[in-house]
Amino acid sequence: MVTETYIVNEKNTSGAGRSGWGLLGLTLAVLAVGFYEAMTAPTEATMGNLQRVFYYHFPQVILSFVFPYLNLGASLLYLWWRGRNHDRALAADAFALASAEVTVLYATVGLATGMLWGRAAWGIWWTWDPRLTTYLLLWLLYVSYLLLREFSAAGQTGVVSAVLAIFAAVDIPICYMSIRWWRTQHPAPVFGGGADSGIDPGMYAAVWWNLAGWAMWGAFVLGLRYAIERRRQRRNEDDALGFLSEAEGAR
Amino acid sequence: MSYADSRRDYAAHVWAHLRKDLLLEWRRKEAINGMLFFSLLVVVVFALAFDPTAYPSIARQISGGLMCVAVLFAAMSALNQSWARETQNGVLDAHRLGPAPLSALFVGKALANFLLMTAVELVLALVFAVFYNLHPLGEAWKLLLILPLGTWALVVNGTFFAALSLRTRNRETLLPLVLLPVSIPALLAMIQATTAVLTGEFEPGLWIKLLVGYGVVFTTVCVLLFETILGAD
Repeated sequence: MVTETYIVNEKNTSGAGRSGWGLLGLTLAVLAVGFYEAMTAPTEATMGNLQRVFYYHFPQVILSFVFPYLNLGASLLYLWWRGRNHDRALAADAFALASAEVTVLYATVGLATGMLWGRAAWGIWWTWDPRLTTYLLLWLLYVSYLLLREFSAAGQTGVVSAVLAIFAAVDIPICYMSIRWWRTQHPAPVFGGGADSGIDPGMYAAVWWNLAGWAMWGAFVLGLRYAIERRRQRRNEDDALGFLSEAEGAR
Repeated sequence: MSYADSRRDYAAHVWAHLRKDLLLEWRRKEAINGMLFFSLLVVVVFALAFDPTAYPSIARQISGGLMCVAVLFAAMSALNQSWARETQNGVLDAHRLGPAPLSALFVGKALANFLLMTAVELVLALVFAVFYNLHPLGEAWKLLLILPLGTWALVVNGTFFAALSLRTRNRETLLPLVLLPVSIPALLAMIQATTAVLTGEFEPGLWIKLLVGYGVVFTTVCVLLFETILGAD
């Protein structure tokens, strides 16, 4: 009985599956164009080829600020639907999990590419300047969110993690302000005062193609993770129902 | 029931929880003894890292931070226990069934933890002053504002997260993992303000304001969400 339901579920999602593969193909095409543009964009005057890391660093960082909002939205929806619509609540929870994981993924890549760049451009891997510190805190908050999901008791994961998501969202602006005050009160590092604003128009194409490509990649990974989590939820429910009917039969 | 009546009722519930928690602690003195000895150990262990009496200016610059960190670690060891006693004999479920507002339970317990932590801090501040040979160069009375505000900021979130991780697997590990990232702005403000008073090099005003803001925001969030996490399953 359990396997049957499982197959039915698979049929239900196959339409979404096809469009998912379509999105993947399109994403890879856009990323390929982005790669070509990034490698052929005019070479930066002072940093040379090293500056090409920027075409990957920038989209990853920008997008890692978008996914936390999706996580907050899904968490609020989960709390709203929890006592009202069980299935929608589960869907919101799956979406919250997927968006938190993508946040951590993108923030990790953002940190890593930033550190590569920092090492080559400034000679150090890390410095406690306001932006870097706040960004590290964002990463820490969402890693702690994932850890909480890991550790929490089975029936509670949704509520407990949705509440932590609200705390994280409230905390981020406070973090941002406090760290800004902290680092400006003390002598700030001399570098990284910002390039003289703006980039060469020849670089625009590389920036936009990569931003679009990585946004689509994020959407694809998020969708895939969401689908997997939904399938896991359904299997859990089917298992539970299976046990129940077995128990009924034994009695 | 009028608004004033319900407010008085709420205060009575908070008072009952606060009184109960303090009374239990007074009889057993588990948390406070543990915290006091733990923070004393922290003072000794940090003295191994640098010689505080030989370098007074370094001692002034970092002992504010050391003390706040000692307080935070001590709090984390005690916060879990403060909820553990509610789980015995299904007391927590009884609270959930009772007609009293659940957030009163939270506020009462947070206040009790706050008073305990403040007592520990008073002792700890003295120990630090003696062992690290500290003479604050700024206005020392401001510490009377900074320490309670900072403690409340840490304790209100700590009490909330301890309740949140109450029914999780290995909750002793989990509490610091979720509490520390969220508390970083409060910890930063508390450390900076204390250092400002000890070194007298800059004004702590900005950081005190941040502590007030942080306290107000997170107290509100905790009180609003407490019922949700208690009824999580």
